[in-house]
Amino acid sequence: MQRKFIEERIFIVIMQIATLLIVLSLVVILASILLKGLPSMSWAMVTETPQGGYYMGKGGGVLNAIVGSLYLAGGATVIAFFMSLPVVLYLNVYRKKKSKFASFTRLCLDVLWGIPSIVYGAFAFSVMTVIGLKVSLLAGTFTVALLIIPIMIRAMDEVIRTTPQGLLDASYSLGATRFETAFKVVIKQGMPGIITAILISFGRGVGDAASVMFTAGYSDYVPESLSNPVATLPLAIFFQLSTPIHEVQQRAYASALILTIIILAISLGTRFITKRYLKNKIL
Amino acid sequence: MEPKIIDTKNDLAPMEPKLIDTINDGTISVENLNVYFGQNHVLKNINITIPTQKITAIIGPSGCGKTTLLKCFNRLISPDDDGTKLTGKVLVDNEDIFAPDAEVTRLRKKMGLLSQRPYPLPMSIYDNIAFGPRIHSFKKSKSEMHDLVEHYLREASLWEEVKDRLHSPASRLSIGQQQRLCLARGLAVEPEIILGDEPTSALDPISSHHIEQKFIELKEKYTIVVVTHILRQARRIADYIIFMYLGEIVEHGPAHEILENPKEKRTIEYIKGVIS
Repeated sequence: MQRKFIEERIFIVIMQIATLLIVLSLVVILASILLKGLPSMSWAMVTETPQGGYYMGKGGGVLNAIVGSLYLAGGATVIAFFMSLPVVLYLNVYRKKKSKFASFTRLCLDVLWGIPSIVYGAFAFSVMTVIGLKVSLLAGTFTVALLIIPIMIRAMDEVIRTTPQGLLDASYSLGATRFETAFKVVIKQGMPGIITAILISFGRGVGDAASVMFTAGYSDYVPESLSNPVATLPLAIFFQLSTPIHEVQQRAYASALILTIIILAISLGTRFITKRYLKNKIL
Repeated sequence: MEPKIIDTKNDLAPMEPKLIDTINDGTISVENLNVYFGQNHVLKNINITIPTQKITAIIGPSGCGKTTLLKCFNRLISPDDDGTKLTGKVLVDNEDIFAPDAEVTRLRKKMGLLSQRPYPLPMSIYDNIAFGPRIHSFKKSKSEMHDLVEHYLREASLWEEVKDRLHSPASRLSIGQQQRLCLARGLAVEPEIILGDEPTSALDPISSHHIEQKFIELKEKYTIVVVTHILRQARRIADYIIFMYLGEIVEHGPAHEILENPKEKRTIEYIKGVIS
């Protein structure tokens, strides 16, 4: 009895320490970004594009990268959504959830998910050279879409897969077709998960540097068309941090702070929106 | 359509051969139905005609194929599913639901289903009832739809309990209320047949009683088939009983005959409680 009691105590302590470390690391990351970024945070950072000599410490901001990141991730999320939803519904409503076909598809998606984003960048770059597409917002958007499609599909799939078979049967037995069942029942039931999946993917797209390095390029201007090269926040952080000038390095932290705020806003937004859709969910 | 004599294939309980001139009254008859899940021979050569406007209870120990048989009636078990093999026919109003060109959705619409536990659709109480009529586009104005929702909620004795919160999510109802909602929802597509797959097994005694009472009222208008593992429930509500064992129909006939005077040894043992 005594031994079991000690076992239990030890394990509880280990769990508590692990949890604490994770939460603490978030706090430390946020604190260091805030401490280093806040001093050089200014209105100009978010409203101006880099002026001449910005990377030498002169005036301006990273509006080009903020807008660029939002364009890229936004466009990629839209493309990914229209690619992902049909796949998820096909796997879960049209095919048996546990069929060999479905599990093979899931395996492929998991492999795709695991491929590092730099590989997507290199792959897209090689395709671009073949078809003669230059580094641009368009090329970057497609690359990021490619990167986040497996993430979005698997995130949606995990939720849609939990739709009880009984609910599908209930809909079928009312004479609903698979299409009606998919769009009127399954999507309603899975709405919170679908929204979460969209926003997770957006967050991933906004934060990725490697896939856009060769495909979207970099530019000090806000893009005016799909064929312009475009800056992104992660690359902006990279370039600013790699200068030897202290003030510019500080601005890198300010840019990191902006990126973190965007991601934080997305996470909180997810919470808020999904709450509204949870009420109808059964089970 | 030519008049047709329905011939009950099993002579243990000869029903009156019935001259049918309208075939649209919710008849289900099963001919030589065999179902395999992979290597498992789950239903073995089933032949049965379900009496119309009566409550038929399918009884038998768990795993005997009761639910599978019921799900074949509206093709929730389908030969298209991976690993499922199916031969034979299930005729609903003389149309084979397994025929390659069968209009499955139209045939399913003839049957309301109550499952072991209620599955309300993820929407409001009102929309749950309106779902069927909407997808089948029974064209309705707003007020007609409201009347229809009220009508079927009353039919399932749920109206008084929910009339003030029609637009709140169905998931907030108690489980007994949800099962009655599912009944109302099924009735709203104007079926001829009601299928119940142990429809009271998740419910408390009072809710179960509600559902049983409803079935007894509804058999005036509908053909009702209930899978149950509760022998007493079969005794209370069934007019006709099918006893299944290990994928076969062992015996079927009017309820009192099967319960009082079973002929087969396995039926006797089941009813006495020797096998379960």
